[in-house]
Amino acid sequence: MTTYHLTVNGAPAEVDVPGMRRLLDVLREDLALTGTKEGCGEGECGACTVLLDGAPVDACLVPVCQADRGDIRTVEGLAAPASSPGAPAALDPLQAAFLVTGGAQCGICTPGMLMAGRAYLDAGGGPDHDAIREAIAGNLCRCTGYTKIVEAIALVAGAHP
Amino acid sequence: MTTRTESLHALVVAPGTIAPGRVRPAPPRRREGPAKLTGTALYTDDIVVPGAWYGATLRSADPHATFIALDLDPAFDWSRVCVVTAADIPGENVVSSIKSDQPILVPIGGTIRHHAEPLALLAAPDRSTLREARGRVTARTVALPGVFDPLESDHTFASYTIGAGDDIEAAMARAEIVLEGEYRVGHQEQLYIENNAMIAVPTEGGGVTVTGSLQCPYYLHAALKRGLGLDDAAARVIQAETGGGFGGKEEFPSVIGLHAALLARKAQKPVRMIYDRHEDISATTKRHPAIVRHRTGVTADGRLVAQDIEIIMDGGAYCTLTPVVLSRGALHAGGPYRCPDVRIRARATRTNTPPNGAFRGFGAPQTEFAAEVHLDRLAERLGLSPLDIRRRNLYHPGDITPTGQVLRDSVAAEEVLERAAEASEFVRLRARTADARRRRAGSGSLPGSALRTDRERRASGIGLALAWHGAGFTGSGEIKLASVASIELTADGRVRVLTAATEMGQGTNTIFPQLVGEALGIPDDAIDLAPPDTAEVPDSGPTVASRTAMVVGGLLIKAARRLRGTVEAATGGSFAETAADYARQHGPTRIDQKFEPYPDSTTFDDELYRGDAYPAFGWAACVVQVDVDLDTGEVQVNEVVAADDVGHVIHPVLAEGQVEGGTLQAIGYATIEEIKLRDGRYLNDRLATYIIPTALDAPRISTILVEAPFHAAPHGAKGIGELPMDVGAPAVVAAIADATGVWITDLPASPERILAALTGRPDVAGPRPGESEPALPPAR
Repeated sequence: MTTYHLTVNGAPAEVDVPGMRRLLDVLREDLALTGTKEGCGEGECGACTVLLDGAPVDACLVPVCQADRGDIRTVEGLAAPASSPGAPAALDPLQAAFLVTGGAQCGICTPGMLMAGRAYLDAGGGPDHDAIREAIAGNLCRCTGYTKIVEAIALVAGAHP
Repeated sequence: MTTRTESLHALVVAPGTIAPGRVRPAPPRRREGPAKLTGTALYTDDIVVPGAWYGATLRSADPHATFIALDLDPAFDWSRVCVVTAADIPGENVVSSIKSDQPILVPIGGTIRHHAEPLALLAAPDRSTLREARGRVTARTVALPGVFDPLESDHTFASYTIGAGDDIEAAMARAEIVLEGEYRVGHQEQLYIENNAMIAVPTEGGGVTVTGSLQCPYYLHAALKRGLGLDDAAARVIQAETGGGFGGKEEFPSVIGLHAALLARKAQKPVRMIYDRHEDISATTKRHPAIVRHRTGVTADGRLVAQDIEIIMDGGAYCTLTPVVLSRGALHAGGPYRCPDVRIRARATRTNTPPNGAFRGFGAPQTEFAAEVHLDRLAERLGLSPLDIRRRNLYHPGDITPTGQVLRDSVAAEEVLERAAEASEFVRLRARTADARRRRAGSGSLPGSALRTDRERRASGIGLALAWHGAGFTGSGEIKLASVASIELTADGRVRVLTAATEMGQGTNTIFPQLVGEALGIPDDAIDLAPPDTAEVPDSGPTVASRTAMVVGGLLIKAARRLRGTVEAATGGSFAETAADYARQHGPTRIDQKFEPYPDSTTFDDELYRGDAYPAFGWAACVVQVDVDLDTGEVQVNEVVAADDVGHVIHPVLAEGQVEGGTLQAIGYATIEEIKLRDGRYLNDRLATYIIPTALDAPRISTILVEAPFHAAPHGAKGIGELPMDVGAPAVVAAIADATGVWITDLPASPERILAALTGRPDVAGPRPGESEPALPPAR
């Protein structure tokens, strides 16, 4: 066991685990952040996509030792916390856009898709559909045919000046 | 509402920001959308159950064998874990389904009928103990010869004959041209992104509560009662948030749910049974492979005279839902075309491969692929355009189907075809691709190919297809189901919807409140949904067969109208204004609405296969544009226009989502999705090797929603979920033929199959769909 120091959604977190433990398991089981999903465990589906120092990674392929002192952002860190108890969380514009266009159906790919989309937008990506498709090509969705996911990301990208 | 969402709303309603030219009313947001988008929605593996053990399934390595013994290593301390074998099953050792042929676990001395068949179960308090125990168990078996070819099987699960009988030869003799063809399709994996998962918790008195990823709570409920010998109350099933189903979580959850429950009962601990992707692909149901043979007679001007169709489906090792999959496949096999004499003979047989089962379309995508490609080949032979041959033969109101069903109402074959053709500029683009094909012809440098030129490596093509899909259960199914859906006015004046219809992405949670709210004259967000829990909701039937919006939605509207009538008669005011007062005075009021046959429908004769096979049909047309790489045989699908008639659009965004998603599944089926087998075992049983379309493979999809209302349903809605799955694959193959001049008869239209056709070298195509390669010789 080794102690690893992470920043998760802006807050410091310490975990005392074997270094080869998957970041996915650290998030889901040690930190109870189950918003990040497992779809294949071998880096094919992208359901476990999180941002590590701003870059999208498959959390199932990252041993926690590689994330030590890293800044990790998960789906739970997208919405601003509710202003008062019981009030709805303030959705990130990308989450709100998914709600409007119908980008989430069954929802299981959604957290990973949101993080891939967020990384694209944070890097200054624009509303061009081909560029958006390239950015989410590592994230599989079986429900939507991707159309409404691409529309959602484009909607937010187009809102930037 | 917060500032950040408000700013997005402002952005959304700004003119021209979404889909310019489309005016949409503002439909409600997906009800459970915020939970899914913020990561708070709880799927089965997200649910924390203190003290839960981890469960695993020991599976056969043989495709066919006698199970001699289960050897437990005496050096391991077995008191640390829980082992369940067939001897521990308190009820019947049967996975409850249409037939009683599938054991929950193969008993010692019993027959193993497929690779990855469950032999025993293990549970342990932690994963490392479980892993260690798994390594200390050995199944002893004696191999038996396997049957992998459905044509060589000696066991038939089901067979049907529809139509003309012996008269078919006389009818065929009247045709001016007769064309024969054989088409083959293989296994397709549903590939929901959430794997199958269940958590079973033992309850006092020997009962069990199973929470899991599933489509049909009452299917698992029935399976638990039978397998564990429980009564209605002792078996309880709760659907967790479900990450996609597509039929793959229709009947299979009975297997994994029973396994979790048996372990929980014996261990007296909660047990988590969570498949990983490899286990999910290896062991769970797939779309049935099929061989479909057509012999079709037409007049010289392209009017159908006679269709003689033979269907053979591979059921796999156990019956599961095969008889009804085959039935739906047979009933749709002629395509949406009138033909005076039709004979359809269909059978499904047993092989030593994992059982096949439900998958969106349920038999129809297999047979309609064959019907559409065959019709295109007839058109080519006659010198007719694909559009014209369909115009000449498609169903109009008043036409009669092969079962004698008169299509009185809601027939939109012509409208979907014309609208898809017009929106896609089919005629103009096809003239262009035909010119290009003529220009290339004869200039090829690839031996045997007329197509490859030194100048052009890519060939473009456009194709179309037309399909129908019966909405709701087949034949007398809905009458036998006798579904109940309920509405409750609670004591505190809230309205609550109670059904067993599950949300798995389609939008059930969103459209039910819309339908009920409209019927009651109150906003949809004033309506609550009861949790999908067999302890709370009535059996409104399974969430399958594109029946939820049409059948269950229809029941809810009727229940809501009754509730509204009761309240308004008593109060003299509107429901919206007086329901709360009424509830305070009278306490809770619940309306249970049971299914009644639709008016004017003819009863279906399940023996003779005559009568109304479905209450109504949905209609779909699809136009596809592709590029084919003439060097590699790769296909890129670029554009799709899909026109789907759903009767009545309840929620345009969700409806479009169904069409777009179903269309891409059909394109995957057409181009890249294929299970390869060796010795009855799936070879590509991982997500690295079974591939589905990514965002880069996906075409731009334009959806046209057509509304030809089904008047017997109170809202006019028909099914939508399966419709797009029927029509995409034949359109892709037609587009490939338009680009290259060759017809691909086997799905998927892989690069190997396309190159085999282009070069006239069938040997490079590889095995036929669903074909199992022989076992490799043992390693030395």
